[in-house]
Formats: sequence, structure tokens, C-alpha cells
Amino acid sequence: MSTAQTWVAEFAVREQGLTGANVPWLAAMRKNAMQRFAEEGWPTTKQESWRHTSLATLEQQSFAPATEVSAADLVKQVRGAEAGHWLVFVDGRYVAELSDLGSLPAGADVRSLSQALVSSPDQVQDAFGTESQGSSAAALNVALASDGAFIHLARGVVLENPVHLLFIAASEQAASFPRNLITAESNAQATIVEHYVGQGSSTTLTNTVTRANLAADARITHVKLQQENEEAFHLGALNVEQGKGSVFNSHSMSFGARLARHDIVATFGGQRCETLLNGLYYVDGRRHVDHHTLIGHAQPHGVSREYYRGILADKARGVFGGRILVSPGADGTDAVQRSDSLLLSRLAKSDARPELEIYADDVKCAHGATVGQIDENSMFYLQSRGLDEVHARNILTYAFAAQAVERIELEPIRQRVVHAIRSLLPGGASLGVLA
Amino acid sequence: MLNIKDLHASVENKSILRGLNLTVNAGEVHAIMGPNGSGKSTLSQVLAGRESYTVESGSVDWMGQNLLDMPIEERARSGLFMAFQYPIEIPGVSNAYFLKAAVNAVRRHQGLPELDAMDFLKRVKSEMKTVGMKEEFLYRSVNEGFSGGEKKRNEILQMTLLEPKLAILDETDSGLDIDALKVVADGVNRLRSPDRALIVITHYQRLLDYIVPDFVHVLAGGKIVRSGGRELALELEERGYGWISDLPATGKGAAA
Repeated sequence: MSTAQTWVAEFAVREQGLTGANVPWLAAMRKNAMQRFAEEGWPTTKQESWRHTSLATLEQQSFAPATEVSAADLVKQVRGAEAGHWLVFVDGRYVAELSDLGSLPAGADVRSLSQALVSSPDQVQDAFGTESQGSSAAALNVALASDGAFIHLARGVVLENPVHLLFIAASEQAASFPRNLITAESNAQATIVEHYVGQGSSTTLTNTVTRANLAADARITHVKLQQENEEAFHLGALNVEQGKGSVFNSHSMSFGARLARHDIVATFGGQRCETLLNGLYYVDGRRHVDHHTLIGHAQPHGVSREYYRGILADKARGVFGGRILVSPGADGTDAVQRSDSLLLSRLAKSDARPELEIYADDVKCAHGATVGQIDENSMFYLQSRGLDEVHARNILTYAFAAQAVERIELEPIRQRVVHAIRSLLPGGASLGVLA
Repeated sequence: MLNIKDLHASVENKSILRGLNLTVNAGEVHAIMGPNGSGKSTLSQVLAGRESYTVESGSVDWMGQNLLDMPIEERARSGLFMAFQYPIEIPGVSNAYFLKAAVNAVRRHQGLPELDAMDFLKRVKSEMKTVGMKEEFLYRSVNEGFSGGEKKRNEILQMTLLEPKLAILDETDSGLDIDALKVVADGVNRLRSPDRALIVITHYQRLLDYIVPDFVHVLAGGKIVRSGGRELALELEERGYGWISDLPATGKGAAA
């Protein structure tokens, strides 16, 4: 079982051993976080934003402490020959021997959260956030997180190569609670890629929180590639606070896990912020994926673009809840939100719910949602050129996904996503290079 | 090559083709003209295998085979090509991939080795020059954001690459300026050969100044009401469709 009570008991056992247990602010916050989780338990379908996503099956699972498992081969396989700065986490713990930070420019502080907690806990405190933010699942993350990535980019620092954070669920029934803290001072730029993969096939839990704080004119691209195994539970939150003129691009690519939930919140703390939330998911079998987003247009002249695309096969279920909140005075806001789902089976189901709350004047806000099947006209066109039905269907399914993939600017990252999709989609391997 | 006998077809329970007969032999160019709603597009859709059209009765013999029994892709692979009046946009799939997949599907059927990327590119680039398409169109999504003329050139490019035995041009001239029309006509004329046939479906005789047909047929009320040579098209140009006695009284498009 993994009810609130079991986690309270687990916390009592682990508390003193967690990195940072001797850091007063953190020890106190963990206790408060655990108390919140004990009181609230896992989010339930009685909560509006969890209406379509039940964690009842998660509660019935048992998780076990991590064991020593080698993940070196999987690291090699995921990384391939790609350059960049690689931080590897096995069952939530940073593994220096598998990581390769490469060479970082002056002013770029990239290390594990556990290291940062030991050497500079005050700096961590500024970026850490609190137990009251987000869902009760995020509070459980605060209580148990002791590792993750700690990234601080000084003013004007530009990372040419992406920072890759590779999280591997390696042990049987592992539960991990990574917390990634990203701070970009003014004009800093970087791409940060979070990979989530599983090594085995047992039921695992990843409860992860990433916080990003962008000062004026900073530019951060964040890619999340969720490819956990088919029995995994993945609960992820991404919280972004943006300063004046900053640009944040998020690409949430969710392909694995039996249940994946992604909560993304971006809040504008200054004028002329720009945000792109681009999402793509594929679910088959009885798997379930849920994206909930909130863009807080709290300041004037902010621009947000939100595009989510889902491909659903078999009896899979997809959920999208997108809230756009335009505060009083946030004039000149320009927001577009789209959610498009492609159902490959009659039994697959997709729910999309846009929520626009506008309290300002002079606002451009557009939203739309579609749920559909493969276009018959396109099928006829391809077949009338000699392509068989299966090939035509595969092409059009891929094409649907490709429109989300094309928004990823960095070529090697885009290619990774293309490979991931091709290995998932029916007949994907036969598609060759389409785009 | 193609022998259509007493073909009746409907769409959404509305009878469109009502006893159409047409024989097309290798080497011939047939023009099918007629007012809007006469069944011109239905004929091309039925021949290409569109499933939303129902064949009620009649037969279509295609080089000794029953065309109506063949799946869409089998018709294409056996050498039937239809240039679409409204080509479909397919975002996310490059034109290069699409063209290569089509060429190789047909080559496989013919027992020919598939073209590899190098051979294909060489071939397609040279054909693109002849239809006046820039190379960048290879790397753009199929028809996405193409102008009307660019879409039609892309259709002609596909036709040229697939080297069909019978090509049906479904109002390929509609919406084209004179330059684009000439490109289309040049592409078609290059394809003319003793072992190939063409059916040019058009509302206007203008295209037939550039693609000179051997036969002209007038389609009205779902059947061919009159057949003749090139001079019939000129007569239609001059007199409109109104004088065709079989036309329903409400026939639209009386004057071209």
C-alpha cells in the first residue's frame, strides 16, 4: 500500500537520513510538508483538476527502498554520442560516476541538489519553493526530496549545449522524489532536458518537481521526455516564474508510464513575458495521461502559446486541462491555446477542458479543442498514389505528431523525440525520415 | 484500355451518374466537358476508388480487370492516376517522403527495384525543373501552404514521376493563371505517348487550346450526351452548354 499513512511511516524512518536533515529550514519544511500530505492524502477525483485522473490504483501499490542496481548500460544507450552536460540519477539519487558535466562556462553552476544542500543550503533555500505550492503530491515531494539538479546561471551566461538530466527508475518497485531547481539570472540562456526512463518492468513511482525562476530577459527551453516503463506511475510538476521580457519554452513529451500526470504552471512577474507550452503524448493499452496547465498572465503584454497534441490507441485515456488567467491590468495579453487529440480506436477517450478567466481589457485570447480520427480525404489522397492503407494510416498518425515535434528547435533533441515516436507508433519503424 | 459500360453511381443516395458509357484506348486523349453538376468529378472519383461514392450498376473494365473490385492503391499501382481538383494538404510529411513512397509503391508493384534516396532525388529534381518547381518544395510539407498553382504543379510532378498508363485530370485547370496552365499542359503533353491515355475533365475549352484532344465528350445529367472531335469543344465555347437538348432545363453554367 502507499496510502498517506504508509508514507507518514516511511517518512519517520527516512527523515534523519535524508540529505539536508541537519539544515533547519529544510527539516522544518519537510515536517510541514509531511503533515500536509498526511492531512490531504493523494489528490482525489473530488478535486476539480483531478476529476478525470484517479490515483486509487497508485494507493494500492507497494514501493520498496532502492537497491544497488547498475544502470551504466542504459545511460550509454540513452545518451548515445550526444554532447552536453549530463547528470544521471538512479532511483532519484545522483550518481557521479555515470554523470558527465563536461566543461561549463564561468558563472554556470550545475550540480546535484544533494551536493548543493551540503555546501550551500542558503542558496538552495532561495530556489526551493515551499510545501504549500501545488498539489498534495508536490508536498510529498518536498517531504522526501533530497536530490535532483541544482542549476544556477549567472547574469548573461549562455550554455551552448543542453543540460541533460537523466532519471532512471532502476530498482524493483522504486519510488523516487527528484526536485530540480533552475535559476536563470538576467539574460542567461540554456536548454534543459529531463529524461525519465525505466530499467525494469516493475511498478515504480516517480514524483518529481521542477522549479524554474527566470530573471529579466532570460531564455530557458525545457524539454521533458517521459518514457517510463508501462507499469510506472509518473507525477510531475513544473513551476515557472518569469521576470520581465523572459522567454520560457516547454516541450512536454509524454510517451510512457501507466499513469502520467503533468502539472505545469507559468506565472508572469514582469511585462512582455513569453511562454510556449508545447505538448505531445501517446498512450495505448489502458494507459492514462493528464496534462494540467495554468498560465498566469499577471502583467501586461505577455504572450503565451499552448499547443497540446495527443494520440490515443486501444482503451487509453488522455486528459487536458488548460487554464489561462489574465489578471486585472494585464492589458495587451495575447494568449492562444489549442488541444488536439487523435483517436486511433473507438474505445480510446480524450477530455479537453479550456478555462479562460479574463479580468483585463484589450486582451487577445483564443482557444480551441478537437478530438478526431484520421482524415478520410488524406487517406484517399495517399492511397490514390499507391500507398497501402496501413502505410497511409501510419504516415498520417506520424504527421499528426510531427506538428508538435517541429516546434522543438534543437535538432538533436528533436531527433530524439522523432525516434521515440517512431518506436511507439504502429509501423513507425518503416516510416523512414518523413519530416 | 478502359471500357465503361452503363455506369450508374450515387453519392449520399443522390444519383449522379446515370448510364455512362466511355471507351478509351491507349494513345488517345479524351476531353470530358460539361456544366457544373453534370457528374464530371463523380466520374473521376469513382474511377479512382473514392469510397463515399456508390456504384449502383454498370461495369468498368481496366486492361482486362474489373476496376470496381480493385482497392484504391491497386488502381494507382496498376497505372491509373488522378490529378486532384483540390489536392490535400498533409502537414508534417515532407513532399520528398511522399513522392518517394508513391514512386516506390508503384515500382514494387511493377517488380522494379525501389529507388534509393540518391537516385530518387536526382530524378525528382530534374522533373521539378520541367514543371517549374523550386527544390524547396521537396522539403516542405505536402501541399501545405502551397498556392493553387503550386498545388497543381505538384500534381503534375506526381503524374510525371509515376508514369501512369491512364491519367485523369480532374479540372486541373480550374483557378490557374495562363502561365500555370501552360506548365500543366506542357507536363501533360510530355506524357503523351502511343501506350498512354489521358482523360481531361474540364469546364472550359481554354485548356484544350494547349492539350489538343482526340475526342471530346459532353457530359450532362450523368451521361455522355454527345461525342465528337476537337471541333465540339470549340462549338461549346461558342454556344455554351444550353443548346445540348438533353440538358435539364435548370442546367447551370449555360455559358462558359
